[in-house]
Amino acid sequence: MITRRLIEAADNRGSIFLALLAAAIVIVPILHLAVPPTSAFHLGTSAVALWGKYLCYALLALSLDLVWGYCGILSLGHGAFFALGGYAMGMYLMRQIGTRGVYAHPILPDFMVFLNWKELPWFWYGFDMFWFAMLMVLLVPGLLAFVFGWFAFRSRVTGVYLSIITQALTYALMLGFFRNNFGFGGNNGLTDFKDILGFSVQSPYTRTVLFMLSAFALALGYIIARWVVTSKAGKVLIAVRDAESRTRFMGYRVENYKTFVFTLSACMAAVAGALYVPQVGIINPSEFTPANSIEMVIWVAVGGRGTLVGAALGAIIVNFAKSTFTTGFLAPYWLFALGGLFVVVTIFLPKGILGLLPQKSEDTSSSGAPAAQPAE
Amino acid sequence: MAMQERIDLGVAKPHDIAAASLLYLNGVHVSFDGFRAINNLSLWLAPGEMRAIIGPNGAGKTTMMDIITGKTRPDEGDVLFDNGSIDLTTKDEAAIASLGIGRKFQKPTVFEEHTAWDNVLLALKMKRTVLANLVWRSNSADSDRIEEILKTIGLSQYGKRQAGSLSHGQKQWLEIGMLIAQDPKLLLVDEPVAGMTDAETMTTADLLREIAQSHTVVVVEHDMEFVRRLGVKVTCLHEGSVLAEGSLDDVSNNERVIEVYLGR
Repeated sequence: MITRRLIEAADNRGSIFLALLAAAIVIVPILHLAVPPTSAFHLGTSAVALWGKYLCYALLALSLDLVWGYCGILSLGHGAFFALGGYAMGMYLMRQIGTRGVYAHPILPDFMVFLNWKELPWFWYGFDMFWFAMLMVLLVPGLLAFVFGWFAFRSRVTGVYLSIITQALTYALMLGFFRNNFGFGGNNGLTDFKDILGFSVQSPYTRTVLFMLSAFALALGYIIARWVVTSKAGKVLIAVRDAESRTRFMGYRVENYKTFVFTLSACMAAVAGALYVPQVGIINPSEFTPANSIEMVIWVAVGGRGTLVGAALGAIIVNFAKSTFTTGFLAPYWLFALGGLFVVVTIFLPKGILGLLPQKSEDTSSSGAPAAQPAE
Repeated sequence: MAMQERIDLGVAKPHDIAAASLLYLNGVHVSFDGFRAINNLSLWLAPGEMRAIIGPNGAGKTTMMDIITGKTRPDEGDVLFDNGSIDLTTKDEAAIASLGIGRKFQKPTVFEEHTAWDNVLLALKMKRTVLANLVWRSNSADSDRIEEILKTIGLSQYGKRQAGSLSHGQKQWLEIGMLIAQDPKLLLVDEPVAGMTDAETMTTADLLREIAQSHTVVVVEHDMEFVRRLGVKVTCLHEGSVLAEGSLDDVSNNERVIEVYLGR
């Protein structure tokens, strides 16, 4: 029953998106591993890691679009959930280093030895086990989002005020994580990873698998988000976005819907963060900077708010542009280009890049309503 | 008229009145920054009754609706529902809506991005929890009910149209349809014909009369032709309390009502 709805839920655009991801899962490993490096079609390690990173950003943008595009919650602190997921993964990777660290301590990561700590802080327990770390990837950001949402949405904090407190949330976390005695490596963060589940994070095979997992996570995230927004609950979310008090007067507990979607979104962002860390090889408190979270909003706006596919596309396009612009002689102009892009999109493309494409299938109606007839 | 109301209150014990009424307001006060929006308002509705509420601007009509639906909390006074068994002042909007009080706003507020069909679907009486709505699937019983409601409000042809693209009058009707879909015990309808053409106004009056056959309805309206068409008991509010109550002819011939409307 549920699978049938999943299939129904994927519209034209969604099917193309999923097909592209499936193609990437098949083709990228071939180009990277099977095609010899001498061939023009060979994909280098850095390219695979780079595109894996883009896919993580795409999942992050997707999660932001779920709350902003469909429920009107403009979170300017989504980077916090991404970074927390990343830190949970980073902690696992740190514990895997073992005696191969600079100080060769069997249990303590290097930075703790450096700080002269004698034993592992309690919150580092269990992170040597992969399953526990993966549980924490979902649990910690999910719980934070749930508690934050519970209080904020029950108190009916909305609009710009909510945006400001989400911003404060990520800023507070950034300040905390920058401190050495916070126990997460201070401003250096966590890095110098060796292996994941026994496989070297540097090996082309691990990188390929991480890329494939990122593509798979993005596809899965898209399917879940699509399932939510096309359900009747998704219609309620849109109703909340467009006329919150009206929804409340109809008997819907708006705060429950918001808390639900905010928590789900935070978990998706956290998964993106967890996949991001082994591919870029580092996680540090700069991921928490408010500017980062604002940039994510630009990705979504550029791609097309409230479209899911557009958000993912926007993240890839903007980050691809960023990689291009921030190398070479164009480097000093990147922030101008980003700002300009945002202005242009807001003024000329309110529906983002996806709004430029002709839309074949009516997106919002999946009900069995009779065919509309023109007005008399 | 107003004197008579007070005497009535004195003879019958408030408790008895509350027990016999669907909605019972007694001695309600609300002030905003010292402005007394509602001043010792007492009003009760029998189950199945339809009542029109008139009054000049600022008489407290909308504030009264806000109190009943939980948007505004009264400073003092009783607001009881369902034969005096439920104290509405302790509940929030969603809880009050679930008890069976539906509200139509002055400005038509439909979900513009949704189709007319989806607007009715969202209003349809069923579980409001996140989980129930995540797993809900369209079924013929619900579809039939939605068809029926769209037909009642004359929007059968517009099921797939975006609500935002409907005309002003159609939005008003759609909102009334959403109220019907909620199947509340009490319908609060705030200025349903504001901005409607005469023909639309009369259609709306007939629609509300039809709804009133199976529901208790409170209609707030300025349009006297419309109120006359409804042909029900009228309550006139002024400065936050009841000025007069009775048939439209009685009320409109009441000297104090004339004074209030025409100025002294």
